[in-house]
Amino acid sequence: MIYEAGKYEIIVIGAGHAGCEAALASARMGCRTLLVTMSVEYIALMPCNPSIGGPAKAQLVREIDALGGEMGVNIDKSSIQMRMINTGKGPAVQALRAQADKHEYGREMIKTILGQPGLDLLMAEVEDLEADEGRVKAIVTRTGARYECQAIVLTTGTYLKGRIITGEVIYDGGPGNQFPAVRLSDNLRDLGIKLGRFKTGTPPRIDRTSVDFSRTEEQPGDDYPWRFSYISPPPQREQLSCWLTHSTPQTHRIVMENIDRAPMFTGVIQGRGPRYCPSFEDKVVRFSHKASHQLFIEPEGRDTDEMYVQGLNTSLPEDVQIRVLRSIPGLENVHMIRTGYAIEYDYVIPTQASLTLENKVVTGLFTAGQINGTSGYEEAAAQGLIAGINAALKVQAREPFILRRSDAYIGVLIDDLVTKYAEEPYRMLTSRAEYRLLLRQDNADLRLTEMGRDIGLVDDYRWDIFKDKKARLEKGILFLQTTTFTPADKEMAHYLSDRSSAPLRDRTSLWELLRRPEIRIDGLIASGWMAAGADEVMDQIQIQCKYEGYINKQLDQVRRFEKLENKQIPVDIDYDQVYSLSNEALQKLKEIRPASIGHASRISGVTPADINILWISLEKRRN
Amino acid sequence: MNEELIAALSTPPGEGGIGIVRLSGNGVIERVNQIFSPAKGCRLVDKGGFTLTLGWITDKDGSKIDQVLMGIMRAPHSYTGEDVVEINCHGGSLPVRRCLQRCLDLGLRLAEPGEFTKRAFLNGRLDLSQAEAVIDVIRAKTNRGLQLAMLQLEGKSRYIEEIEDDLLRINAMVEASLDFPDEVGDLDNDEALVILGEILNKLDKLLAAGRRNEVYRDGVEVVICGKPNVGKSSLLNALLRKEKAIVTDIPGTTRDVVEDYINIRGIPVKIMDTAGIRYTEDLVEKIGVEKSREVIENADLLIFMLDIAEGISPDDMDIYNRVDPERVIVLVNKDDLESKKISPAQLERLFAGVKVIRTSVINEVGLDELEQAVEDKVLSGAIPGDGLDIMINLRQKGALECTREQVWNASQTLQVVPLDCLAIDIWGALETLGEISGKSLKEDVIDRIFHDFCIGK
Repeated sequence: MIYEAGKYEIIVIGAGHAGCEAALASARMGCRTLLVTMSVEYIALMPCNPSIGGPAKAQLVREIDALGGEMGVNIDKSSIQMRMINTGKGPAVQALRAQADKHEYGREMIKTILGQPGLDLLMAEVEDLEADEGRVKAIVTRTGARYECQAIVLTTGTYLKGRIITGEVIYDGGPGNQFPAVRLSDNLRDLGIKLGRFKTGTPPRIDRTSVDFSRTEEQPGDDYPWRFSYISPPPQREQLSCWLTHSTPQTHRIVMENIDRAPMFTGVIQGRGPRYCPSFEDKVVRFSHKASHQLFIEPEGRDTDEMYVQGLNTSLPEDVQIRVLRSIPGLENVHMIRTGYAIEYDYVIPTQASLTLENKVVTGLFTAGQINGTSGYEEAAAQGLIAGINAALKVQAREPFILRRSDAYIGVLIDDLVTKYAEEPYRMLTSRAEYRLLLRQDNADLRLTEMGRDIGLVDDYRWDIFKDKKARLEKGILFLQTTTFTPADKEMAHYLSDRSSAPLRDRTSLWELLRRPEIRIDGLIASGWMAAGADEVMDQIQIQCKYEGYINKQLDQVRRFEKLENKQIPVDIDYDQVYSLSNEALQKLKEIRPASIGHASRISGVTPADINILWISLEKRRN
Repeated sequence: MNEELIAALSTPPGEGGIGIVRLSGNGVIERVNQIFSPAKGCRLVDKGGFTLTLGWITDKDGSKIDQVLMGIMRAPHSYTGEDVVEINCHGGSLPVRRCLQRCLDLGLRLAEPGEFTKRAFLNGRLDLSQAEAVIDVIRAKTNRGLQLAMLQLEGKSRYIEEIEDDLLRINAMVEASLDFPDEVGDLDNDEALVILGEILNKLDKLLAAGRRNEVYRDGVEVVICGKPNVGKSSLLNALLRKEKAIVTDIPGTTRDVVEDYINIRGIPVKIMDTAGIRYTEDLVEKIGVEKSREVIENADLLIFMLDIAEGISPDDMDIYNRVDPERVIVLVNKDDLESKKISPAQLERLFAGVKVIRTSVINEVGLDELEQAVEDKVLSGAIPGDGLDIMINLRQKGALECTREQVWNASQTLQVVPLDCLAIDIWGALETLGEISGKSLKEDVIDRIFHDFCIGK
């Protein structure tokens, strides 16, 4: 029995990291939005590692924040430890990483969602997506409620036909032993959408009270009060430590003795797993020369004794997992609370989506997050935000919002997803970003907040903070560039010689002096050459100054890149009418329907000759 | 894209009457004006379309590379619809290639295969019905051009692959350290320096092998110098006769040859006879003398002739002292004469370490030895390429040199700049090398990270 339950402009299905961002963005942009989840308790669940950030991922979080998204604010409310990673390797790759209190993270997100005007929350399993002439129309829940809508954002994570594997034990399920979404998968196939199958996994969880920490190495958080969001207040609470231990030759022996029971090697697991997150048994087999692997024991929260064993992601049988754990220093008497498992799931092959994350087959259907074959909370949230924004813009008949590879990691992420045929779950890496030196976590607000304001996601509070920071930054830079010294300035001469810095030859600005490796901005402030200011402003000035040469090199590259990006391909182009394209190029161009010549050139199998031909045919069309 | 200036050789490579370097792009006339010295005071930029201007293409130091005719076509009345310059050089691949190289020095880019035609089309210079023919040309040229270039490199040597592999390795080391700091830790600077050093070494060998090969393809310039009547013309004629490639119209001793092309043991040689250098107050002759000096300074190799009957005069030594001893072969001519005013001890003392050959040019004595010396000298001038038999075209050479520069930068800055900046050069090197094979290697770097390092906490 199906009944008419109501009408929304946008319906978001799934309330994980992608779904929460999508729903909040759409509601904040003024669209009446419904967020449907199978379990309210599991909103913004972190079913795997209890951390957010790290290289490339921290940049994503800062970008989400700069655009007015929620992840940065939410992790600042619920972190138990913050560390800045890669501090010695340059500003582009420095990355903040937080350990999260998983339960608090979820609770805080639920509060935000329930407090968001224009956003309704519904607990239900969606069984049917209705489409009419290739355009989404409504959803129907298992209990028969039918909701009409103009756009759907599908963010169902790994729940589509989820299948959980621990040794010989195999059953259907989603993460955290929840029900899988079975019918939705078939429903998508019926709509003409192509699905693939991936695999991922998670390690066992253990009881803190059974760990001997004296045999491990403490990993405390940084003393500095880091935060992800540009608008969060400084953290107040005490931080918790993580603990470092390692596997032993005995651990590896136990794995090898039971390798014939490992689903990874018996052929039980067929989905493709991520190389950057291999199972422990895979590491032991592939890197057999390594006598030991690092393992981090991380708290899952402040109010729980459950701990996560980072590095021990496994689908070995439960009895083997216990023996493996107990062969590790500090875990000799450990009690395992949850068993590690591998999960296989369906995903929507993301080359079917356009750069707005809207499906190219079904109009009004957006997909975001792990359903698009990515991995990671941050990657999911970033896509959720973009899908939510574009769903809202579509409903409001406004121009789509697309970030370029030169704008943001989010741009790289989505461009890669819809262009490349990924063979494993996609994870963001700094090495995927060609303009890495420009896309830093320290300048995400400078890159994106104005765009966020234009879309309507950046509220006045954030906007004022941003404008103030920008003004102070510009003032500081102007001061450095216009304050100059000559060789006759005795005080400056002393200052330089005290720091073994070469004496001035002619009139030199503070900006030029700051470029010298031995001159640092805190030193200039301490000696009274310039006024003190907020850390984030001073750091920003210093980075822009010291790396100016390399930054300009990258800006040149961006200018070349943009020429081809600006060469738009009309949406109605008929590739069959383009003379002399190679077969492979023809097939891929028809499938991906690139937005520009630059976009087309990144499709594997499309050669420079094909690009030239395409270009010529566009010119011919224009004439 | 069309604001980029492009250049290409538009006559087939090899010996020919003339060679044409074609340039296109708006503003190219102003640009090429920087390396053009007109015969009469008329500047190239003041010339209208469809004109020819005589003058010289000049080298970095202002010396003349070749006398040329500059054909100018102004936009939109040209093949491509843009400003076009056609440099008509003397035949023989050396002058043509040197002129082309000078244009590239100016910041022009080598045209892609079929690019002139493509521009012609894009600028509406070709009938629309010709579009498909143009596309066929471009497809054929791009694909075949790449295949040919690769064929030249592959099979003969795995050198490029080795360099690529080394670059992938160092890129993976850097990127793994940036993306997986917990698992990989810091970059091992010592190891990185060793790898960068190996890459530099291999690039140098490849470039050297390319240069050695260029000698056979492009030839060298050899200048005969010495006082008047020492036998320069005789030597030139003797070498020409011996080769029998060029039969002179009037055989004789006073043939007024200033320069000619001969072939010495497979190496194309442009051989020039200087007008005779000596101090003089005669203005007309002085100009000739200046010109000779210029020719001497630009030559790849000099044959410095002495007359055994005349002895060694201060004039001789004045000429000799102006040249680089590394590039000299001393020829003691007229060895058949009785009266010898040059003693072996004197030669030993004045030309220590320099190749000295005694000849009697009119009797064709010592010419074999001279040819052997020319070959030795020319080939040793190019650093031995480890026996690599590799042809490198100008595009590949450019890519290799650019790769080398970035690797060198990285090795110089390794200790001082942070890893994210270093990565710009290290990745840039791999990307540039990829231009040779037409490959994009970004994904390969990521694959390599997972191959080389145990990633995954």
